[in-house]
Amino acid sequence: MTPTKTQQPTGYWWYLLPGLLLVSAIVIVPLGMNIYYSFTSYRGILPPQWIGLENWQRLFTDAKFWTSFRNSIAMIVAMVVVPTLLGLLIASVLFDLVGKRFGGKVASFLRATYYIPQIIPIVVAAIVIGWIARPDDGALNSILDTIGLDGARQNWLGDPAWALPTIMVVLIWVQIGYPVVVFMAALARVDPELYEAAELDGANWWHRFRAITVAVIRPEIFVVALTCTIAALKVFAPVYALTRGGPGTSTIVPSYYSYSEFFQSTQVGYGAAISTALTVVIIAVSLVFLIAQRRVEQEEEQR
Amino acid sequence: MRSSRKRKALDWVLLSLAVLGALVVVAPLLLIVLNSFKSPDDYNQGGPLQLPSHLYFDGLARFWEASDFPKKLWNSIFISAMVAVLGVLVSLFNAYALGIGRARGRLPLLVVFLLANMLPQEALLYPLYNMSKAVGLYDSQWSVIIIFTVIQSAFGTYLLTSVYSGFPRELLEAAAIDGAGRWRTLWQVVVPVSWQTLSVLLIFFFIWTWNEFLIPTTFLVSNDKQTVPLAVAALQGEKLMDVTTTSASALLGLIPTLVFFLIFQRTLTRGVTAGAIK
Repeated sequence: MTPTKTQQPTGYWWYLLPGLLLVSAIVIVPLGMNIYYSFTSYRGILPPQWIGLENWQRLFTDAKFWTSFRNSIAMIVAMVVVPTLLGLLIASVLFDLVGKRFGGKVASFLRATYYIPQIIPIVVAAIVIGWIARPDDGALNSILDTIGLDGARQNWLGDPAWALPTIMVVLIWVQIGYPVVVFMAALARVDPELYEAAELDGANWWHRFRAITVAVIRPEIFVVALTCTIAALKVFAPVYALTRGGPGTSTIVPSYYSYSEFFQSTQVGYGAAISTALTVVIIAVSLVFLIAQRRVEQEEEQR
Repeated sequence: MRSSRKRKALDWVLLSLAVLGALVVVAPLLLIVLNSFKSPDDYNQGGPLQLPSHLYFDGLARFWEASDFPKKLWNSIFISAMVAVLGVLVSLFNAYALGIGRARGRLPLLVVFLLANMLPQEALLYPLYNMSKAVGLYDSQWSVIIIFTVIQSAFGTYLLTSVYSGFPRELLEAAAIDGAGRWRTLWQVVVPVSWQTLSVLLIFFFIWTWNEFLIPTTFLVSNDKQTVPLAVAALQGEKLMDVTTTSASALLGLIPTLVFFLIFQRTLTRGVTAGAIK
């Protein structure tokens, strides 16, 4: 096990060279520059002018900025809360019931079906739902007319009250397959004898689900919740393709807000402040998740 | 045995619900397929749920020509394939040094790679935009290829390093006894043994890059350099896009990834699991 003379750990550094150069040039340096821009007035043409905390002060009193983060919470509901809960339910029905009573083929076919929207470009997924939600001749409104519910027809993407829920539907649709696939694989780890023992003890399905299933696959629940939360905070393409943040600011999200500051208002310094704030939030949320996970694990060990 | 027990009424109810849920998930796609082969008049008369009264290909043809679809398809394939190969190569080198070589500074470096994958792309976008202009790579597919090689390999490094941390030491020692240097060990021992994981990464880097939007839309301004998702998004709201042509554009945007899904379904589901467990 001891490294021989030709295998000193330092000799491996050559292999890290391309990766480190690339990650420095494409991630670390640009990230630093972006943070710097956030302290400047920069319109994209003349060099950035240092203005200290001005952008940051403006950020804290900018109602649009706070709206964008409030909408991020809606994105988290659509990409994390609903898919995780539904995914747990669907995965356990597919694994426990469909897989065992109706055969593995049926279960994996259904799993693949739920997974399909995950594989299509999210911007195309948004356009699919946007097409169905067209205001005048869209499929959804036509169907509502046909079944006599013409009172329910809406301008789904043009009405400030409905635009955000419509985008949330896109995200739930896109996201649902991911937890289903991950949780089904995790459920294979659950020892069937545990279930049988619990059943003999008279535990009903819900008790078994909570006490055994959720406990065993908790690591996967954490990973799914964390990765989906990060993705929800970064949502861009559906907003860009369907509403451009509108009507008004009803569907604005931080990533689209900073993009529009960069390339439409050409307030690069302010856009940089927004994207830096988003970065800080993402890192903070990830840290909270990791600390929470560690704490839960420690409690488990102490039991 | 549980499995041999009689199926109860409740089982059938739950199965129906699971099937119903799956139908709801594919319904939007079925609607798109159904309506891409209708003329706008046909659509307006029969509504979205009727079968086409006759098959109509003008919508598909119009979007195909207006977007120069074969060109877009090729651009997407070229960019995604380059990123997949280069991204796996960079991940492999990084993980070889970090996971097998246990290079110094392993933990902080892994944090950097993890961070690189977590960051919102907007936090890098404007500096990268400036840099690409400075080096003459703005509006070049290479800017997109380089950026995604780094972003994807950041994830790949993280995943592969954890796989390589458990790499059987006996194999490495045997190679050393045979007189193989590090370079030969990498290609003749490490790559063949971990080929399954590498192929999962290859497939995921390809599809992830294919589906990207923000960075391609910022860097690829010329029409003839753009990718499939950009082409579908760009033509929305144009005059030529009547209701069924819009549907046809979404269909053409869906088909390549659906074909990819059908081919690589097994690897994809295996990969999602591996990526989640870390």
